[in-house]
Amino acid sequence: MEAVLIIKGIIILAIFALSLGIAAYETYFERVVAAYIQDRVGPDYAGPAGIFQPLADAGKLFFKEDFIPALADKSLFILGPSLAMLTALLTSAVIPFGDSFIYEGQKILVQGIEVNIGILWVFGIVSLGVYGILIGGWSSNNKYSLYGAIRAASQNISYELAMGLAIIAILMMTGSLSIRSMVEAQHGFNWNIFYQPLGFIIFLTCSFAECNRTPFDLPESENELVAGYHTEYSSMKLGLYLFSEYVNMFISSAVIASLYFGGFNYPGMDWVYSKFTSIWGATVGHNWATVIGICVLMAKIFFFIFLFMWVRWTLPRFRYDQLMDLGWKALIPLAVLNMIITAAAQLSGKPLWIGLILTLIIMLVIFLPAIKKRTVKA
Amino acid sequence: MDILGLLKNMTITHWSFYIVSMLTLFGALGTIMSKNPIHSVIYLILTFFSLSAHYIMLNAQFLAAVNIIVYAGAIMVLFLFVVMFLNLREENEELPKNSILIAASIVGGIIGITLIAAIRQTQIEKVNPYSFNTKTGLVETLGSLLFNKYLLPFELVSVLFLIAMAGAVMLGKREKGERHF
Repeated sequence: MEAVLIIKGIIILAIFALSLGIAAYETYFERVVAAYIQDRVGPDYAGPAGIFQPLADAGKLFFKEDFIPALADKSLFILGPSLAMLTALLTSAVIPFGDSFIYEGQKILVQGIEVNIGILWVFGIVSLGVYGILIGGWSSNNKYSLYGAIRAASQNISYELAMGLAIIAILMMTGSLSIRSMVEAQHGFNWNIFYQPLGFIIFLTCSFAECNRTPFDLPESENELVAGYHTEYSSMKLGLYLFSEYVNMFISSAVIASLYFGGFNYPGMDWVYSKFTSIWGATVGHNWATVIGICVLMAKIFFFIFLFMWVRWTLPRFRYDQLMDLGWKALIPLAVLNMIITAAAQLSGKPLWIGLILTLIIMLVIFLPAIKKRTVKA
Repeated sequence: MDILGLLKNMTITHWSFYIVSMLTLFGALGTIMSKNPIHSVIYLILTFFSLSAHYIMLNAQFLAAVNIIVYAGAIMVLFLFVVMFLNLREENEELPKNSILIAASIVGGIIGITLIAAIRQTQIEKVNPYSFNTKTGLVETLGSLLFNKYLLPFELVSVLFLIAMAGAVMLGKREKGERHF
């Protein structure tokens, strides 16, 4: 029992360290991706190919002057960035990063806690994420910070609704709130993306908005609001705000990968599992198969992190009324439609066909205008 | 009984119960005692959080999650939002008159005493720990109960919500000739 608890503790610590470490290196990759897209060199001074850039950044942030405005609400000014970081890190508790390790005949899940409210936990913590920004922006006693905070709040509330409706469609398919059982239901290339193309697009858009990433980074749009909610912040408090955005990005990539792309499942995993267990025996083989599953999930997560960055350096920012129109007039009706389609597909007994037809329709809607334009030009 | 012996005999559940209860009371007192409305709202969020912790200790996970999503996540964000817009800082300097304070504390005290007396009077059913179903608070049990035994009230509540939603849309609708700001 003791050893099992220790291993569980190590797993939890590893997940915690991983989310921080990946978040740190996301800042580096963001610069590399931005440099590549803008045809620049990017960071290359700190270490070989600039890989020590995050450390240099952190060092710089720690040694800058920690400034609190005279009329700011001091306690809340400090609470703001702490809350932002806390809520960003809490979500990873319920995400299954891998199957399980066997130690002395006992299965230890590679997950912080396995609860049957997993997705509700994620949803609840995401809805709390706005407090950090809201409190920080208000306590700065600066009108631009307040505008940024209020924008963040209304944006998060608006996009949460569509996000929740998209998740309901997934719940209708799996019949469980636990993320682990959702992932296990996708075993054998039975990924939800084939059944839920519309839901995936809605969820992806909403997670961009919830992370305050471009094209939805209205709370910090520099040409309207100086720097938005973190105008008055400096030193590591600013660092925590920026860092929490990257942690959020990592976690939302993990959630997207688990909900729609099969989590730690990959095609041919049963074959790998049987090979491994025949070579190394049941216990060691199982553990190695789990390690491969973790690596696969990480690859999926990195793909989505790259997608976040790709979009950021490709698309311009929305105008605020466009953002609200998209959230309320496009995404929520689409999410309701998606729910109805999912219900019909589940009842019809052929959900896969309906999902694939829906994918085709979505592809046509997205790409037809582009094709038309090209043919007109030619 | 000496306090030290009592402390030694407490289990982890006891400890967490007392800590969470203290947090709840701290949050509740902070809500009514802080002068700044924004601080009040933040204390109230803390209270909701510790109430959710209580639900989790009762193994009512679904209730805990929904409490966080609905109250801490949605309603309190709107509260904070509105309070920030109102900018109550300057007007809040002077406290209301003494007579109002005395009247308020008498009314509050009477309500509190009545509540405590009522709770003491009610006979709460004792649960047998050996035959108790630990899955009572989980989603599956709750769902099947709502959709079997309490189907009619559940459906009526959903109709009520629909009406409220339609009403909110009607209230928020811009009338003809009204300016878009």
